[in-house]
Amino acid sequence: MYGLGMARGLLVTLKNMTKKPFTIQYPEERVKQHPRFRGEEFVWYEERCTGCASCAKYCPLGIIKIVTSPSESAPKEGDKYKLEVFDIELQRCMFCGLCVEACPYDCLFMGSGFEQGRYSREDMVIHVEDLRNSAKNPSTFYRPQLEQSGYDPRGGRPLSWREVGREKWDWHKREKAGLRLIETDIDSPSEESR
Amino acid sequence: MNCQLASDSIFYQNALYRFIYDTAGTLVPCSFSHVIAGLTIMLMLVNSVLLGAALVTWLERRLLGRLHNRIGPNRWGPFGLLQPIADLVKLITKEDLVPSGADRIIFTAVPLVMMVPLVLMTAVIPFAQDTMLADLNIGVLFILAVSSATTIGIFMAGWSSNNRYALFGAARSVAVLISYEVPVVISLLGVVMISGSMSLNDIVHAQSIPFLLVQPIALFVFVTGMSAELNRTPFDIAEAESEIIAGYHTEYSGIKFALIFATETGAMLVVSAVIATLFLGGWNGPLEDFLGWFWFLLKTLAIIFVFIWVRATYPRLRLDQIMALSWKFLLPLSLINLAITAVEVFLLRDASGHLSLADLWIMAAINIPMAILLILLMGGLFQKKINSLPVRTETPMVPGVPTIEVK
Amino acid sequence: MTVNVGPQHPSTHGVFRLRITFDGEEIVEVEPILGYLHRGSEKLAEERNYVQVVTLTDRMDYTSSMINNQAYCLAVEQLLGITPPKRGKYLRTLVAELQRIASHLIAVGFFIQELGAFGTPLMYSFRSRERILDLFEMLCGARVTVSYMRPGGVFADTPNDFWPALEAFLDDFAVEFEEMEHLLMENEILTARTRGVSPISPDLAINCSVSGPVLRASGVNWDWRKMSPYDAYDEMEFDIPIGRNGDNYDRFWVRMQEIKQSMRIVRQCIDIIEPGPVRIADLPLVLRPEVGVEAYGRVEASKGELAFYLVSDGGVAPYRCKVRAPSLINLTITEHLLVGWTLPDMIVSLGSVDINMGEVDR
Repeated sequence: MYGLGMARGLLVTLKNMTKKPFTIQYPEERVKQHPRFRGEEFVWYEERCTGCASCAKYCPLGIIKIVTSPSESAPKEGDKYKLEVFDIELQRCMFCGLCVEACPYDCLFMGSGFEQGRYSREDMVIHVEDLRNSAKNPSTFYRPQLEQSGYDPRGGRPLSWREVGREKWDWHKREKAGLRLIETDIDSPSEESR
Repeated sequence: MNCQLASDSIFYQNALYRFIYDTAGTLVPCSFSHVIAGLTIMLMLVNSVLLGAALVTWLERRLLGRLHNRIGPNRWGPFGLLQPIADLVKLITKEDLVPSGADRIIFTAVPLVMMVPLVLMTAVIPFAQDTMLADLNIGVLFILAVSSATTIGIFMAGWSSNNRYALFGAARSVAVLISYEVPVVISLLGVVMISGSMSLNDIVHAQSIPFLLVQPIALFVFVTGMSAELNRTPFDIAEAESEIIAGYHTEYSGIKFALIFATETGAMLVVSAVIATLFLGGWNGPLEDFLGWFWFLLKTLAIIFVFIWVRATYPRLRLDQIMALSWKFLLPLSLINLAITAVEVFLLRDASGHLSLADLWIMAAINIPMAILLILLMGGLFQKKINSLPVRTETPMVPGVPTIEVK
Repeated sequence: MTVNVGPQHPSTHGVFRLRITFDGEEIVEVEPILGYLHRGSEKLAEERNYVQVVTLTDRMDYTSSMINNQAYCLAVEQLLGITPPKRGKYLRTLVAELQRIASHLIAVGFFIQELGAFGTPLMYSFRSRERILDLFEMLCGARVTVSYMRPGGVFADTPNDFWPALEAFLDDFAVEFEEMEHLLMENEILTARTRGVSPISPDLAINCSVSGPVLRASGVNWDWRKMSPYDAYDEMEFDIPIGRNGDNYDRFWVRMQEIKQSMRIVRQCIDIIEPGPVRIADLPLVLRPEVGVEAYGRVEASKGELAFYLVSDGGVAPYRCKVRAPSLINLTITEHLLVGWTLPDMIVSLGSVDINMGEVDR
């Protein structure tokens, strides 16, 4: 019969009025974030970085600028460049995470926040000093070892460089640099400190 | 200089008017005290309409939000109550444009032409027991006549804007108004017949049971018709937001637009008050000597809720469908209602023309099932037949793939 | 009277411009003007290596990113001659169907919005889409521009709390969707406004090479998931909804039914999936196919047949990447859809074809 469909529609709308509103009132409340969220600030562990610039090469937009020079200790321990400039332009970054995917030493991670708005263009570029001093709450994006340990960047403590890799922390003494190891558990650091 | 209000004046019933008249009459000549008393009450009524319109915009946005399962505006003031003030401040600070080539005098006069009939309508509505500005004995006719004057304003807006889209919207609105005026007027005749007078106060007094039960068809036709005259969804084709024509108020900005918008919302408020008076029993209710105003407000809010509820649920009708609805569906319904009511009143009334409570219940018992039946069956007249589409023959279909077909 | 429905307009699905000639209220002539969102994706793809192009494909049809990724990864896998592992295929099918639901929710919501229902069904469909996007965030870190798939599979396995969240979503969404059906499908105003409006006959549809729900609404049951199954679709059981007249109501109905069929596929994927690798393990970071190989990877996207034609010259980037965008090809029927109908119907008909300007202009 005519009109019944319309009456049913009215009932649906009325029923929705009695449900709790779906709105989340920003900035007092925030949407629940998941550990794999690709955040805006980057988490960089200088102790693990060798200056290979794989991240810069793999970035689709060419945002990362890395300038290195030969380090004093290069012939002796590890193959690590001295990093002079490491700029990431946040204003053009699309947070795709390909740089994180490319990094062979697990030293670059996505962050976990999204409120990095600034007022001027110069402030939107992250320099190596900012990367050194930022809080280290890495997202578990493309880092299965962090996920297996159940880490949640939003509520968790900052992680140090020894806890975030897939291999033992003194890999460079035993393996050739650049070889990615699979599935070793993370020990406590050995007595031989760097 | 002592002036007392004569007891045959139509304002005699109005206690406030009488009070102001008598007190002012001790100081100033009678004609002045007449003016002072009238102006005071008019000021109160105008304020009530404008403030009411502002509050109804707030109510509409929050209620629409809840019907959409979200919160409405809640940042300005507690529960967002200062949101209309924020909107008003924003509109006042906007630049007041008059398009080139537009007729300046008419363009500027439009908000006034739209607002004045609206405020005039509040003069005859009883807000509490025997409380109204003027107890006109042609109250219903007055309301019907004055409510149509708003559409003149709409057409003036469309014409003087020098904008073909605005003219489109205005012409549509006038067509809709003319179509819907006829069923609306005829549907109110039943109410007038039962209560025996056109004065709104007498109609409320005659409602020992609300006329919602006695005249359900009239209520349906009146609500639908007024919804169309107010340009509300599903009939808001004159100001359709999602089409390229923004309607008759395309060229208006700033405070003129604020006044036009307030008129539309205020018209919804006043029409809800009229429906509450005519069909739901106005200020009737327990403790009506003291709380008459409270019941009136409650019933008005209930009708406003129905308007907003319908707006949230239904899509818009096309213009030819709106016309078909009026002429093919509402007009026959209201004529049938008039005929049946006339027969019932003729048979049931006693010698003095009065209808008792029992008579009203008998009429309700006849009218309600008939209303349901008629609305459900006659709705089919409004629907256009779609059998004229060709039946699909020889469609290239791929065999062996499981398919579902539409009904 | 010639009117310009300009690029900025509340209901043209993006920056789409139409020049329409009216005769009173009836439309006499239509001229679409495109290109307002052209970003040069195909040329940019020649400068980026095969994995970086995945991020470009996200942004073409931005309402259904996973399916764009899937089409591109299929093309690259054809170039390299590899197939992803089983679990990778099931995961791809799962997220593609979830993305199809999300895309159709947008289509349906905005269709009703253009009919004038002041956004109530839009709010309801977006409420459900929020939950799908939340699932995507759980899976790959981003809601809309996902870049989840890589040539050779997907880039990461699902986290542990994904499966309970997915099942909870499916149960809740079944209830919400039924509610939306009650609100919409039998509404007499909706049927009065959309039935019989702008019908497209099946011959016209095939001659204009439309695909997707528009073609199926005209009565042709052509769906690439059944015709040439890719990923895990040959193991899934689902029906193809078809319409009868090809009018606005049928296109709307087909999309609503496809949402239901997608839910069926997702449930089958949950039952059938088994642990295993999700990506081919020894692919190099930078892919180099052989010289002179070309590939055509096509999927049934939410808007039609989406295909990538890749030509390789042995380098790290494709030599030519051509996108067969369904929305652009579906716009061929614009004239037949609009001429002879009135202005309010125009808005609704364009909404029923469901174009996305990111795809039309790339």
